[in-house]
This record gives sequence, C-alpha cells and structure tokens, in this order.
Amino acid sequence: MKLSVGPLLYYWERAEVFAFYHALASAPVDSVYLGEVVCSKRRALRQTDWAAIARDLVAAGKEVIFSTLALMEAESELAALGRIATGSVTIEANDMAAVQLAGGHPFVAGPHLNVYNGQTLRLLGALGARRWVAPLELDTSALAELLVERPDGMECEVFAYGRMPLAFSARCFSARVRRRNKDECSFVCGEDRDGLTVYTREHEPLFALNGVQTQSAQVCNLIDRMQELESAGVDILRLSPQSDAAVSFAQVIDAFARAGRGETTAACPPSALPGGYCSGPVLEGHR
Amino acid sequence: MAERRGIELVCPAGSLAALHAAVDNGADAVYLGFRDGLNARNFPGLNFSADDARSGIEYAHRHGARVFVALNVYPRPSRWSAATAAVDAAADVGADALILADAGLLGYAAQRHPQLNRHLSVQASASNWAALKFYQERFGIRRAVLPRVLSVTQVQRVIERSGVEIEVFGFGSLCIMVEGRCALSAHVTGESPNTHGVCSPAHAVRWTERPSGRQARLSGVLIDEFAPGEAAGYPTLCKGRFETLGTIMHALEEPTSLNVLDILPQLLSAGVSAIKVEGRQRGPAYVAQVTRALRAALDACQRDPAAYRPPAAHAAVLERLAEGHTHTLGAYSRPWQ
Repeated sequence: MKLSVGPLLYYWERAEVFAFYHALASAPVDSVYLGEVVCSKRRALRQTDWAAIARDLVAAGKEVIFSTLALMEAESELAALGRIATGSVTIEANDMAAVQLAGGHPFVAGPHLNVYNGQTLRLLGALGARRWVAPLELDTSALAELLVERPDGMECEVFAYGRMPLAFSARCFSARVRRRNKDECSFVCGEDRDGLTVYTREHEPLFALNGVQTQSAQVCNLIDRMQELESAGVDILRLSPQSDAAVSFAQVIDAFARAGRGETTAACPPSALPGGYCSGPVLEGHR
Repeated sequence: MAERRGIELVCPAGSLAALHAAVDNGADAVYLGFRDGLNARNFPGLNFSADDARSGIEYAHRHGARVFVALNVYPRPSRWSAATAAVDAAADVGADALILADAGLLGYAAQRHPQLNRHLSVQASASNWAALKFYQERFGIRRAVLPRVLSVTQVQRVIERSGVEIEVFGFGSLCIMVEGRCALSAHVTGESPNTHGVCSPAHAVRWTERPSGRQARLSGVLIDEFAPGEAAGYPTLCKGRFETLGTIMHALEEPTSLNVLDILPQLLSAGVSAIKVEGRQRGPAYVAQVTRALRAALDACQRDPAAYRPPAAHAAVLERLAEGHTHTLGAYSRPWQ
C-alpha cells in the first residue's frame, strides 16, 4: 500500500514549512499534497514557493499534487484556482469549483467533495478523477461497497493519521475565541501549531480549532488496520502533518512504512496532543 | 395556478398541518420531505407519506403555492435504490421541484424526469459561481440554495455570474458550518446530515438533572450544563459550552437564530429569487407565525424598498420565536465571520 502526506492544515511559519518538506524528500512516502486548504488569507508561502518545494519533491521521486481550498467564496480565490487547475500539476479538488475549472484535466477528488455512492464516483471519474479520497464520515461497509463499484483505474485514498478535519465555516474560530474579527485576525491561528484544543466542561478533549476549520481533538490512527484496509482495496493511506511538538512525524511515517512491509510490531510514537489516538469514523461509525 | 411576481417566500412543512399553515399564511412555496430518512430533517414523527404529499400538493396548488420535495442526504450504496425510488415518487405525486445535493442523484433525476425542476440543496455546499456552473451544465439545475457562509456582497456577486435562481435563508436555526461539509455530529454520534439526514439525533440526547443544574449530553459527551432557571436549548455541538484557553464559553456559536428582516432591501437588490425559512421540525403554529411575519415584511419591502423598515410587531414575534430569543445576520454580516 502506498503512503501520502496530506496538505498541511495548520499555519506554520515559513521556515518551518520549508524544513518540513525538505525532510519529506527523503522520507518513505509516495505522494505529497501541497498548498492551502483552510484559509486563503494565509500567505506565508506564495505560489512560487510552493512550486519550488514541488520541484524538489519531484526531483526526489515523489508524486506532487496541489490541494485546493475547501471553502471558495471570493473572486480572488477562484482566479488563483483557475491558474493552477489547468496547469501541469495535478490538483486535489476540494470543491466542485475546482472540478469545473479543471476542465477535464486529470484530478484527485478530495475528501470534501462528498462522494458517497458509485454513481457520483463514476461521474467524477468520467470528468477526470483518477483518485478519490474517501469522506471522513464514510463507514466501513459503505467504503467496501464503493470500492467494489469504483471505475477501473480509480485509486482510493483513506485518511489514516492526524486530527480529522470535521467542518468548515465562514467564521474564524481561532480569531473568535481570542475576541478578534476575521478581518483583523493577525493570523492568530499560527499560535496553534496543531490546532487549539476545545474541552468539554468535564475536561474531555473534543475538538481542535484551526481557523475556519474544526477538527477532532483526537488523532485518528489506522496503523493497526492497514491489512484490513489493503484487503478491502484501499490503495493509499494519508498521513496528515502534525508538528514536532505533537509527535515526531518522521517516526509516524516510518512506522506506517514498516507496517506496510508487514512488520507486525510497527507502532506510532505516542501523540502529545490531548485526546490520544482513535480509529476515526471511517472504521468505528463514531468515537 | 396564480401568477406570482417578485421574491418567493419558501416555508417549511414537517406535516400536512404545517403545510396548510404555511399556505394559509402567505407562503409562495412549501418544502417537505418523505418519511424515508433521505432528507435533512429525519426526525421521528415528522415528514410525509406519499398520500399526504399528494394531498398537500393539491391543497397548495389550489391556493396558488408550489411544493418542493427535499431529498438531500448523500445516499450510500445501501440507500441508492431507496433514493431513486423517492425521486420517482416526488415526480409521481406532482411536486414542482426536487431539492437535491448528491451529484449522482441529480444525474438520475435529470435523466429520468427531465421535466421536473431540480433545485440544488444547501447541502451541496455550492458557495461560488464556478461550483454552481458545474451543477447547471451537467444537471440543468434551475435554482440553488446558498450555504450560510456568504456576505450580502458575495451573494450579489454569485447571482451576477451564476445564471441560476438563487434562494437564501431568511429565518430559523443557524448552521454555522458550511452545510454539507460538517461531520461534527458524525464524529460524536455516528450520524450526520450528509449520511442520515440528522444533526444531534434525538436518540443520542440525554438530559440529566443535577444539583448544579441540568446537563445535556450527546452520546455521553457533555454539551452544556444549564443553571437552575436558565433556558436550556437542544444540544447541538456547534452551540455547546466548552472550555478553551482556560475559559468556558460558547466556543463556536451561541444559541441564536438567523433573521434577515433588517437586510431585506439589500437581499432584494442583490437579486435573490427566494427567501427560505428553516424549520421542518417545527409545529404548525410556529410555521404560521413565521410565515405571516415574513410575508408582511417581504410585501412591505417589495412595495417600497427605500421606505422599508422591519415591521415592529412582526419583528417582535420573530424575536420571541428565535432560539435563545436573540437573532443574528450570520455570515451576511462580515463582523460575524
């Protein structure tokens, strides 16, 4: 089974982002998703920076894919999308606007496109989708049925490690909990390198705020389910970047790579994030 | 059917009695769902049998109103044949339009019932003209309901470039997440609007009386605790009280309702085709009052937008019916974001 590194969902400092991707060049992963999915205001890296990172990763033998914004509202966002959608690099479409603007170019159907049945999957396949990332709330039995129904040649990728992206809003929660407006956010989301944990009043970690995105507090970790997923026909597992403060991401990649080679003792290092690991809705139906 | 002009007022009906209430109080259109778990208000005791739908549609048509059938979950493979059967049933009972979110199901409806209007559900998360063009070019959608994420200016931009009728939410419970892209309920209960047509399903809710107050739990997770005498709202995850940065707060949103009475002239001038009222889970009395209030406001605004002021008596009624007795413009207003 192949491994991918999903798009960086947090707003890290520029140097940290470059260092992260530099390290990935020699990591045992097959694909790397670049670009900003959460908020178009985050511009520590320009498109030319992403292109430079992409060149280095391609030179290191990685497949590179550009992920698009999940919530597209402004004309400027659509214009930026239009520029990359028909370029030489494959995109991961996270909104139907991206499918529309890709105009038949091959693309990856991202986890936010809402593909829940074979009819929708085949429709996207006919429009150029060559890979599909399962929605995070799809349960195992529906996933298995979809894998049977998928068109020939369509790869399936499953979110297998990281705090799960659960929701998007027009509102910036990272700003709001600090009593700021989105328009005067001062990029406070950058203070939370793995999102800001929200607890119930019984101190149970529940969510993580990441700008306009809400994530699970718990980290989904499917390393123990790799064989099962491979047998069902899943082609690629997605590892979602976490900071070194949370976990050694290099060790996480290494553990998944070893598990993929059949090493039964392969295990991820413990996560320092509140909430620990969980199996995620794909496998459990709920927490 | 009587010829309608101007902006359409689209009201909710979870029962035949609510449909009558909406039509009798001035709705131009009513939307409803079947009792099949395939629409976004999949609650026990709610929704329509085919016979009730047929009778409701006859009643609405007799009074010059249209009826739309919402079928806006994303059917998983095991529900696909039930979903196509529901599309066929909507055509059979004489619905004026289908409200759909799933691309596969839109394809089925366009092919099998090309004469039946297709409206893009808010659950399809189409928040820009390029996404709307996707659905228009492939499935010939006539109208789209916009997610509650755009400012009024952005609504206007979308209308200028989309080429389809645009319906926006005007009153009712407020989803603060992009509709169709929210799995908070799935994470905690295993069921969500996309998969099961429910957010915070009733079977997962538990109320417990404690000396400190009343606790509301969802699948065991404490969503809120209300002090004695404090009004307790239904426990939805986005309106719960949680702790972050060392403070207990409504971390995502307070209990509140959307209400556009104050900005009706702007929405009119932006070119919206219809104003939608949320609330198929509400009773006939609620539907009657909200419909009457919005009918009066829309009529006043369309008569003379420049002189329009929200009608005070009706505004007071809506405030009383609002969640937490308070309202917001939501994302229509930039500071909310």
